[in-house]
Amino acid sequence: MSAWTSTQQWLEEHFRTDEVIALLRHKMIPLHRYSPFYFLGGMTLFLFGIQVVTGILLLLYYRPTPNDAFESVQYIMTQVRFGWLVRSIHSWSANLMILTAFAHMFSVFFMRAYRKPRELTWLSGMALLILVLCFGFSGYLLPWNTLSFFATKVGTDLPGQMPVVGKWILNFLRGGEDVTGATLTRFFGFHVALLPGLATIFVGLHLLLIQRFGMSVPPSIEAEWKANPSAAREMPFYPNFLLRELMAWYIALGILGALAAFKPWELGVKADPFAPAPAGIRPEWYFMFMFQTLKLIPAKVGPMNGEILGAAGFGLGALVWTLLPFFDRDKNGRGARWIAGVGVFVVAYIVCLTVYGYMAR
Amino acid sequence: MEIFFGAGVAASLASFLYPVLRYLIPPQTVELTSDTVLAGKVGDLKPNTGKIFRFGSRPAILVLSSDGTYHALSAICTHLGCTVQYRPDLHEVWCACHNGLYSLNGRNISGPPPRPLESYEVLLKGNEIYVRRERNA
Repeated sequence: MSAWTSTQQWLEEHFRTDEVIALLRHKMIPLHRYSPFYFLGGMTLFLFGIQVVTGILLLLYYRPTPNDAFESVQYIMTQVRFGWLVRSIHSWSANLMILTAFAHMFSVFFMRAYRKPRELTWLSGMALLILVLCFGFSGYLLPWNTLSFFATKVGTDLPGQMPVVGKWILNFLRGGEDVTGATLTRFFGFHVALLPGLATIFVGLHLLLIQRFGMSVPPSIEAEWKANPSAAREMPFYPNFLLRELMAWYIALGILGALAAFKPWELGVKADPFAPAPAGIRPEWYFMFMFQTLKLIPAKVGPMNGEILGAAGFGLGALVWTLLPFFDRDKNGRGARWIAGVGVFVVAYIVCLTVYGYMAR
Repeated sequence: MEIFFGAGVAASLASFLYPVLRYLIPPQTVELTSDTVLAGKVGDLKPNTGKIFRFGSRPAILVLSSDGTYHALSAICTHLGCTVQYRPDLHEVWCACHNGLYSLNGRNISGPPPRPLESYEVLLKGNEIYVRRERNA
């Protein structure tokens, strides 16, 4: 008996892996013209895995204090063998993960996969998207460079504008009234302990719900299949879809390696809390549309401060977006077209404001 | 019995959560620095330039205008807290983060800043430039 067969037998005896495989074989992936979008969730999960591995490697050398943080990242990038590659892959995969998470969310939106009975799958996915953005925001400060310092100032000042609880939130996030070493220590704690813990819980829940309710078929395809049942096709998740997903991950790994090698992530200039914000300062691309909006809102809009109005608008928008499954009860009528229209507007707004943000001086 | 049990559980939870919530907020720090700081020396700045200096734990800006007058302001933008700078081409104080503009007296003149910058009193003592928080502020 070969070592592989005996290992398989041992696993089967102890963990009943045959039951798990039977469960995976039972799961079917619908095949239609939008099926490639089903890869996006798995791709986000793969990039999250890359983040965990490279993050653990970075932890071996990173020091979370204002005096050492920048120098320790510089040390990783210049002295540690392949340190530049590990740090660059961490930064690139973080950005790609945010991109795929957004793409996944919008594909679910436009395929209307959030509808009953998948409301909780959508909610857990939205929680994961927020966590991914929190990962991006907290990790951005860790190299303690000028850009990250001011991005953190602006990003933490924004919730600080909220009435009643704003000051409490600001103090909680910053570890004081200003962005200092206390903020760096907190953000480090959020980034490597709190957020990974929460993400693990929500990823588990999200996968469990996907397994429980299966893959959603868009209403337009459902209607086509109903009219012509012979057109309905599907593919087993294991091994057919999983092998395709693995191929996609392998390609993503290649792209990631190429980006990290040919376009290494820059470190910038060490943060100086007593230097002015440099001209041309910008946040990361995924916060650009909010940054540009805040730039355009005047100081006062009626009786309200502009930045409070902007923050409240984005907060309310995100809340409505999250609760979408509870609004969208219309199968294929006017309501559905309205929601699709709002989705197109939101995508167009994000794209236009992001492009404008990069073009504006 | 149920009320007694429920109250007991709620009290236990509150006794766990209250210290945790209090722990999350750092203690208030008291600024022990004086109201007056040395911002620089005469000759440090050329006309139509500015520089950032420490006013306690916060940044402040000292500007020598083209007409030879010193102006001192808080350097924290009232919009979202970035550190401002002097723009010689505009003769005004500018925040790079969201394009806010202030006059040399600290008045918010364009862009998103909702309030003026706090302005400080400038005192010249011999060769030294002192900046003091205005008494009526």
